[in-house]
Amino acid sequence: MPMKESASKRYKVLEHTADLALEVYGRDLKELFGNAAFALFDVVTDLSRVEEKVERTIRLRSFDLEELLVNWLNELLYYHEVEQLLFKRFEVKGLESDNLEAVAYGESFREGRHLILTSPKAVTHHKIEVVEVPGGWRARVIIDL
Amino acid sequence: MLRHQGTIVGAGFTPALVRNMEKELTLNIKQIDPYRWKIEKEGSMKVEGIVYADSRIMEEIKRDLSLRQVANVATLPGIVRASLAMPDIHEGYGFPIGGVAAFDETGVVSPGGVGYDINCGVRVLRSNLRREEIQNMMKELVNTLFRNIPTGVGSHRKDLKLGIEEEKGLLRQGARWAVNRGYGYERDLDHIEERGCIQGADPGEVSDRAMERGRAQVGTLGSGNHFVEVDVISEIYDEKLARTLGLELGGVAVQVHTGSRGLGYQVCDDFIGVMLRAASKYGIELVDRQLCCAPIDSEEGRRYFAAMACAANFAFTNRQMITHWVRESFSHMLKRPSEELGLELIYDVCHNIAKFETHNVDGKPTKLCVHRKGATRALPPGHPQTPAAYKEIGQPVLIPGDMGRCSYVLVGTEAASQETFTSSCHGAGRVMSRTQAMKRAKGKNILREMEDKGIIVRASGWDTLAEEIPEAYKDVTEVVDVVHNAGIARKVVQLKPLGVIKG
Repeated sequence: MPMKESASKRYKVLEHTADLALEVYGRDLKELFGNAAFALFDVVTDLSRVEEKVERTIRLRSFDLEELLVNWLNELLYYHEVEQLLFKRFEVKGLESDNLEAVAYGESFREGRHLILTSPKAVTHHKIEVVEVPGGWRARVIIDL
Repeated sequence: MLRHQGTIVGAGFTPALVRNMEKELTLNIKQIDPYRWKIEKEGSMKVEGIVYADSRIMEEIKRDLSLRQVANVATLPGIVRASLAMPDIHEGYGFPIGGVAAFDETGVVSPGGVGYDINCGVRVLRSNLRREEIQNMMKELVNTLFRNIPTGVGSHRKDLKLGIEEEKGLLRQGARWAVNRGYGYERDLDHIEERGCIQGADPGEVSDRAMERGRAQVGTLGSGNHFVEVDVISEIYDEKLARTLGLELGGVAVQVHTGSRGLGYQVCDDFIGVMLRAASKYGIELVDRQLCCAPIDSEEGRRYFAAMACAANFAFTNRQMITHWVRESFSHMLKRPSEELGLELIYDVCHNIAKFETHNVDGKPTKLCVHRKGATRALPPGHPQTPAAYKEIGQPVLIPGDMGRCSYVLVGTEAASQETFTSSCHGAGRVMSRTQAMKRAKGKNILREMEDKGIIVRASGWDTLAEEIPEAYKDVTEVVDVVHNAGIARKVVQLKPLGVIKG
């Protein structure tokens, strides 16, 4: 289920002194989580240069939606760091308030082909917010750089 | 009186007791003297807050939530004397960055009070070199450093492959592990906080995932504000102290600023999950979920400390290995052995750490768990742990600034041991968000601008460079002047950058 909207509608970068704060939107929770992951990698690299060559299936349990969102993004960062993967598309297959199943598609970082713009340290729980708004969902996450 | 927005608490968060601070919006702030401010104890605060700042810096501090965070930390169980903030304070996650909090045996240990980059810290090397000797080779020297010290995604020394058992040894031993393998000298250990090894490290408490991230990144610089910088001593404030540190005007020094990389981030993240549940289990009220913590004397508290010590030891090792490559790079460029170049370690300090230390509380020596989140230990002259070479002057306090202006070396004082659990500031602190910095940097040739100022920069990411433009930071001179004038550290020398490598 590739996202059709332009990148600007999927998330926006908020002003925050020390770090990177993202506000993410989605028509439903699955789209929200997919867009949050897209936003994360969109700030890491130029995604137009990333192809879909590998996939990683991710299953997570958490005690609430906020923790689930933080864990989901940190899980992707883990693959980015250990396997140098850059993800560009996400299929969130199952999502409830305490568990998630998703597939992330992308490829390994290649010197010369890909540009690393920002290297996040971790997605934090600080001021984490996942709220239902008219027409969908909105989340805020703060990333430690 | 200052009005703030309350700390926003996650909506669906039920397991721990979270009280919404929205109802307690007002902080009562009083100026004590030109460099000290008090946040009056109110509501659920167990102690007052003390902020070190002058009036101008205080205005800047009030722009974000950092003072509210100082007050929030004061609500945690077992906190002793005061929740402290240094002049470089800015908004962090739960705990402010630039904060110090000490807890007695009834108190807590918190991953948020240490941060994601466990034992992010800095070291400074002196040298026998004069600026003139390296001036003409700066470009090539910076390139050599950039080649020898891995920076950026996936970069790693080809000659360095760690097995799991070796990694466990590294986590237990810290900098000693590196020295035993030929990275640096035995005497380097005398000039590292805790001799480069926090006791109580247990690799069994470090997740497989954190271990994996560690193996992939040992001996790497990382990105963001991490750097290796070649400096010239540009000003001396106290000749005698400078001589004891082996520093003179026009001399060359090197700074290494990095931390525990992905291993530390993973340990922090793993234990935030553990601590959110622990806080609920032990009935600890949290005003912000990122303050999650466990009693020092609990299974969760002990486990976090054992894992955090591993990450701290990883960071000491990392800086020790990078130091070795710095010495090799200089030696290669100058075609002289590094001993001859006098590239000796002045000191290595942690900026993000929790440690058990003994401090006087109401006249009695008391074992405390001191959290320094963006703060530096600053031992006074004569302290048992102050290294022999500095016994008469106090422990060196190393304060890196932004890449365009300057950095400082200070020493600890008796006042810091009376007031701040022997702590001082740690750096400049951002004033501009990363997005603001990027906008400011747009269309600029940052490398050229820096070169025009006489500073050669190599970085692996353009964004890193843009985010780290000097204007994005507080002027470190103002920060250092506050701690110097307040008496909690003493200025010795100023360093100016000649060359920088960044991740």
